[in-house]
Order: sequence, then C-alpha cells, then structure tokens
Amino acid sequence: MADQASSVELRDITKRFPGVIANHDVDVTIRPGTVHALIGENGAGKSTLMKILYGVQKPDEGTISVAGREVVFASPTDAIKAGVGMVFQHFMLADNLTVLENMVLGAEKLHGIGDDARAEIRRISDRFGFGLEPDVLVEKLGVAARQRLEIAKVLYRGARIIILDEPTAVLVPQEVDALFENLRELKDAGNSVLFISHKLDEVLAIADDITVMRRGTTVGTADPTTATKRELAELMVGDELPSPATEESTVTDVVELRLDGVTLTDELGRDLLSDISLRIRRGEVLGIAGVEGNGQSELVETVMGMRIPSSGTIHLGDDEVTRWHTRKLREAGIGYVPEDRHRHGLLLDSPLWENRILGHQTRPPSAKGPWINRAGARKDTQRIIDEYDVRTPGIDTAARALSGGNQQKLIVGREMSGEPRLLVASHPTRGVDVGAQAAIWGHIKQARRAGLAVLLISADLDELIGLSDTIQVILRGRMVGTYDPSTVTPQDLGAAMTGAMAS
Amino acid sequence: MNKRLQSIGLALLAPAIAVVVAVLVTTVIIAAAGSSPGDFWSAMFSNPMPRIKVNIVNQTALIYISAVAAAIGFRMGLFNIGLEGQYTIASFAAASFAGAAYLSGFANVAVALLVAIVVGAAWSGIAGVLKVTRGVSEVISTIMLNAIAVTLVGYLLDKHGVHEGNTVHTKKLPKGDQVGGWAPFEPRDGQIWGLVLLAVVVGVGFWVLLNKTRFGFDLRASGQSETAARASGIDPKRMIVIAMLLSGAVAGLTWMPAYFGGAGSYGTSFQTGLGFLGLAVALLGRNTPLGMVFGAVLFAFLTAQSNTLTFKTDISPSIVQITQGVAVLAVVIAYEVVRRWRTRLEQRQVARELVAA
Repeated sequence: MADQASSVELRDITKRFPGVIANHDVDVTIRPGTVHALIGENGAGKSTLMKILYGVQKPDEGTISVAGREVVFASPTDAIKAGVGMVFQHFMLADNLTVLENMVLGAEKLHGIGDDARAEIRRISDRFGFGLEPDVLVEKLGVAARQRLEIAKVLYRGARIIILDEPTAVLVPQEVDALFENLRELKDAGNSVLFISHKLDEVLAIADDITVMRRGTTVGTADPTTATKRELAELMVGDELPSPATEESTVTDVVELRLDGVTLTDELGRDLLSDISLRIRRGEVLGIAGVEGNGQSELVETVMGMRIPSSGTIHLGDDEVTRWHTRKLREAGIGYVPEDRHRHGLLLDSPLWENRILGHQTRPPSAKGPWINRAGARKDTQRIIDEYDVRTPGIDTAARALSGGNQQKLIVGREMSGEPRLLVASHPTRGVDVGAQAAIWGHIKQARRAGLAVLLISADLDELIGLSDTIQVILRGRMVGTYDPSTVTPQDLGAAMTGAMAS
Repeated sequence: MNKRLQSIGLALLAPAIAVVVAVLVTTVIIAAAGSSPGDFWSAMFSNPMPRIKVNIVNQTALIYISAVAAAIGFRMGLFNIGLEGQYTIASFAAASFAGAAYLSGFANVAVALLVAIVVGAAWSGIAGVLKVTRGVSEVISTIMLNAIAVTLVGYLLDKHGVHEGNTVHTKKLPKGDQVGGWAPFEPRDGQIWGLVLLAVVVGVGFWVLLNKTRFGFDLRASGQSETAARASGIDPKRMIVIAMLLSGAVAGLTWMPAYFGGAGSYGTSFQTGLGFLGLAVALLGRNTPLGMVFGAVLFAFLTAQSNTLTFKTDISPSIVQITQGVAVLAVVIAYEVVRRWRTRLEQRQVARELVAA
C-alpha cells in the first residue's frame, strides 16, 4: 500500500540558472508509489530540475513539497533527510572497497560499519532482489550490479523518493529488464521513482506517469497506457520523431580501412584487444556493439594511432598505417568524434573558432605553413555554425558556454570538414537532444552517400541498427559475431554482447 | 566595444585586487612589528632617485626574460622550477666562453648568447627527457637540478676561475666586447644596458609564438587539456621535451644583459634569485606577454625602491619580499575567483542572447 511519505510536488519552479536553459513554471506531481518518467530533449532543463529536487541548486521561485509539507533544500544532505535520493549517471563508487564499505561510507552513523550494517544491506538486497553480497569488492561487480548498489546506497540512507538519471544508458536490454523488475519492487514497497530518460520505449514500459519538458518548462503529461512514442516525441520536440534508418546501401568494393589480426597488450601482458580483423569499405558504416568496457575505447584509440598495436596490421586505403601517429592519420583523412567530448573533443575555455582548429592544426583553412590562419579558421567556424545549426551567439563564445548538443554538432561539423575518407565516431549522439541527434544522423548518412567509410561505436542499439550496414559485436576485446542490421533485433545483440549466446 | 571594455576591465580586476591585498597585509605586518607603515609607504612611493630609475629598467628586463621562460612551461602545464639552475649554469658557461675571448666584438657577444641558450636548454632538457622516459615529475627533477647546477658551477669556478683575494670569478670580458648602454641621467647614475632589448625580443617572440603559430596553439592546447590535445594529434611527449627546451633556452638569457652591460664576469657580481622572481611574475602576469611586463615592472620597482628604506626608515628592505609574496598568492586566488565569475557571466550572456534570438 502506498503511503503519502513518497509524494512530491514541484510547483512553479523557476530557476534563472547561469547556463543555457533556465527552468520556468515547472510543475511536476509525483504520486506516491509510482514510477514517474521525466522526458525531454537534452538541454530541456531536466538536469536543472533534478538538481533542484536533490538540493544541489536552489530554485529562484516556486515550491517543493514532500509528503505534503513544503521543504527548502540547502544541500543534498537536506534532501536525503527529507527522503529524496539520487543515483547519478556516473557511478560514485570506490572500486577497491567492498559493497559494505561503499554502502556505509559517509553514512556510518545509521547502522554502524559492522554486522548491523551488513544485516541492513542483506535486508534491502533481499527485499528488492538486488542480489548484493556485502563483502564482495566493487571492482568485481559488473555495470548492472554497480547500479543496483547505487540504488541500494540511496535506500540505505532512508530515501523514499529515488531519482534515476538515465539509468539504462549503460545497460544492455536484458539488464534493463532486470532493472525494471527492481523498480517495480521499489514502487510496490511504497517508494517513488523519478526516472529520467531519452528512450521512449523504456519510458512507456515502466512509467506510471510521464511528464514532458521542453525549453525549460513542463509542456504536458501523458498516460503511458494510451500514449504512443510518436506522441511523446512530438511533445518533446514539437516535431516528428527522427529515425536513424538509412535508405539504400551505398557500400562499394573499395576497402578504406582494414585491420588484420590486431592485438593490443597492456603493460601487465593482458590482452585488451585480441586478434581483431575487420574491413570497412567506402560508403559503408560498420557498427560496433558491445557493453561498455569491452575494448571499444581501445579499438578506437588504436585506429586513431593513440595506441600502437602489439601485433597485427592496419591499412588505410593502400597505405599501411599500423605505426602512424594520430596527427599523420588525421592528415591522411580520418575524422574523429571522440566518446567524451569534454575531455577529448574540446578546449572548453577557448572560443569556438579555436576549437575549430583543434585536430586540424596542420591543414587549411586553419593553418598556413607553420602559422595559424586566424581569418580562415574564423570563417570556416561560421560555416560550420550555419551548416550544422550550432546555436551560439557567435564564434568568440567559449565552448563551455554551449549546451551538450551544440558542442557535439560543432565537433561533428569540424570532423566532417576537409572531406575525410574515414570517420571514427564514438557515441556520436550520446547525451544529445533529439533534434541534434537527427541532424548528426543526417550528416553521417549524407557523407556515407558521398563515399565516406564510418566506424561507429555506440551504446544505443537503435542507432547502431539504424545507421550501420554491418554490425560486429565486441566482447572482452574480441569480435564475437557479425550481424546484418536489417534482420537483427536489439535482443539478439544484447545476448551476444553479454556472451549469453554462443556465436 | 562595450564587451571589449568589459573584458579588459575583468582582466585588470584580479591583479588590482591582488595589489590592494598585498598592500594591506604589508601594512598590517609593519604595524605589528612596531614600525610606521606611513614611513614605509612614503619611502616606497617617493619619486625614485635617478640611479634607482635606471636600476628599475635593468631589473625589469632580467625579471621579464625569466618570467617568459617560466610562462612557456606554465602554458603547457609544466612547472619549470629549475629556471634558477638553468640561468646559473648558462650564465657561467656564457661568461666563461666570452671571457676566454676566442672571438671578439659582435661575434663574441652573439656566440656567447648562443652558448647561454644552448646550455640553458640542455639543462632543462634533462628534466624534460626524464619526464617523458621515466615519468619523473619535472617539479622534483628541476629542483634537484638547481642544487646540482649551483654546486657544479661553484666547483668549476673554484677550479678554473680567476682567484683575486678572497673572491673568484671567470676571466673578465674584454672591455671592447661590452655592449654599450644609454645613460639617461648623469654618468654616475649608471646606464640602461643595451641588451635590455633582449627582453623586448623575447616578449614579442613569445607573443607571436603563442598566438600566431601552430606550435603555440599546440602548446596552449596541451596546457588546457592534455587529453584533447592528444586526440587532436599532438604528441604529448614531444611537446613536453620541446617546451622544456624552449623554457630553458630563454632562461639561459636571463642574466646576459647584466653580464654584457657591466658585470663582465661571473663571480660576486652574479645576481641570484631571478629564476624564482620569474616564476612569481609569470603567475602575477597570468603568463601573458603584456601581463608579465606589468608584473616585472612592479617587482623591479619594489625591489629597487626597497633600498631607499635603509636610508629613510628603520624598516628592513626584506619586508618587500613579503609584499611580493602576498601579491603572488593573492593574485592566484583572485584570478580563480574572477575566472569563475567571468564564466558564469558568459554563460548568462549566451542564455540571454539565445532566448532573445
């Protein structure tokens, strides 16, 4: 039976936030004992709202009520006291500590650090089917188990309202199903879950209520029993739902990238990549599916010359490029959309036009001999902003000031300049709103028609299936299967990705 | 236009705060020590005597060259604490070469400067190579190299130098090879050294390198984000070695204006401490070519004026070092505060303009 303790009301929340999008007139009512989905484009203000509810930020106007009582959160500590807990997208766990130690860290006063705590963890784990062993080291746990640990941590601290920030982004389909089982248990016990997601299928599958945000405000609610994906998407963007699907095949016979038996060994002698062979032809998109941490990053870094394989060869067109370094490869016509745009793709404190130069320091229009061509770079930045619809006041704005989607559009525009032969794209639309996603897909498809070869790594299986001409699955540094995107289902891929299916 | 004024205002805000804080702290300390802050400041801000004015210009040049050397490292995220050792050993090498008079006139000066550059670069290069091959932090290795440089130079000077009474120095530079200067006042007030122009060359060169060249872009990119730099094709190891070499090369020149302007030999007239002053001024000037000019002038002014304290007050000239130290500390903090404030301001502007659009 649901009790009132887990009800939340946000009324007229307005935040003149020092950022790109402010919240204004946000109304959300979370009924006790329900899963409430909050959906919206990236930059629609979901993060701000979550931070307000979790006490990280204070609203300028509006009220928050928990269990019918108006509350003011000065910090997350206040929020936890009121029973609001949050699980971030990036886990905050200490790998070298046990489940128990991670659980009690910072909450030692609740149940001590010994047997009482252990009993409480068992109780929570059994109650909700988390399957957590208190004395196992966290480094031994997979992604899904870590996520359950994060949720358990929040419950351990007494939360009745649990905010989950895109919890499924890191999971394969089977793990998503298991998570949803856990969430149902949680709400049956009277807890409320605020579920933030981009993925409309999942929202429809799990949510009891849906609130849609657009441009910093709530634009409507939907009933998941009757709403369709299309309706939700239209509410989110006021536009049609983009589809990644490519039309006809543009694959040619000319092999642009060839890896033969590439093996990469770390300092300790462990294989990060084992005997990888693959081919990408002009006009072909090769998608790599895999659970994160199975060698995708290493594969990309090897192709990009940031790591040199221990054995095997890499060819770009007719040239053997096995030992070439990044700059030479880039000059030879490889564009690179890195997986972490903040760490690898941008100089956050530099203006956009300087970011246009990054990775293109040696080529026109950014450079003239040993000199930086300031005028050329500035002009071309304006071109990218126009062609790729980067929303910014100008080219002198610092990259940091832009929203994630606009930063990503700038990167894609930059990497597509100079007509590359090969595009290495790692999660090109991760954390990007639907509008920007559609635009990025469009640009990749267009370049593919013009003969671009693409190595696509993505955690979004719909994106992989929609864009790729061929999909290969990577598991523990090995290629374990090749699939035809026109026939494969996300479930098949999920099974191969976890090694559940013999390939 | 308005935006430009605003950004200039913001840039000046941090150093202004820092100087005010430094003045306040110094005042409190002097008062606490039982002296009169009023006397102190009136002595410090009195119109410098002509001799001191000349001295300020000369010292500014030395400090500025050292600061540029520090800034080359800082811009790349390297802490070259070893400027002191680099210019010590470079000065000794150049003085030994020039004093030996293998060449004469302009050629002697030019090649001696080259020797200073090469020796300074080689000394800092050791730290660079250690860092990329063995992962040794440049902070540790350059500090140790400082100690080694001083000891080594002391040993070589004792062994090969000219002993005169209690002192020892390298062979005197032939009179004809001195670089002439300019005496703006009476001859007894001293000359502004000719090679002060080296500081101008170094400063302009630094600005061009940083803002106009691909190498400068790579340097700044590496300093801002090593990961992004690597993904863009910059080889971080190569950049570390080159940046260290460049920093040491410039450091090697630090004392050269003084040597060719009057000192004439490496010995008791050698001025120590310029390396650390350079680090401080680079921090104060935010590693920008122009900012460091102001920093160098301020430090040279404070140091030179502190001499007048001896005649006019009972306050120790050392008190000025506190002012300098507090200024650097305060400026680091003030810059960070202003930077955050500026970021927020900019984000707000973006939001506003996009909403209006």
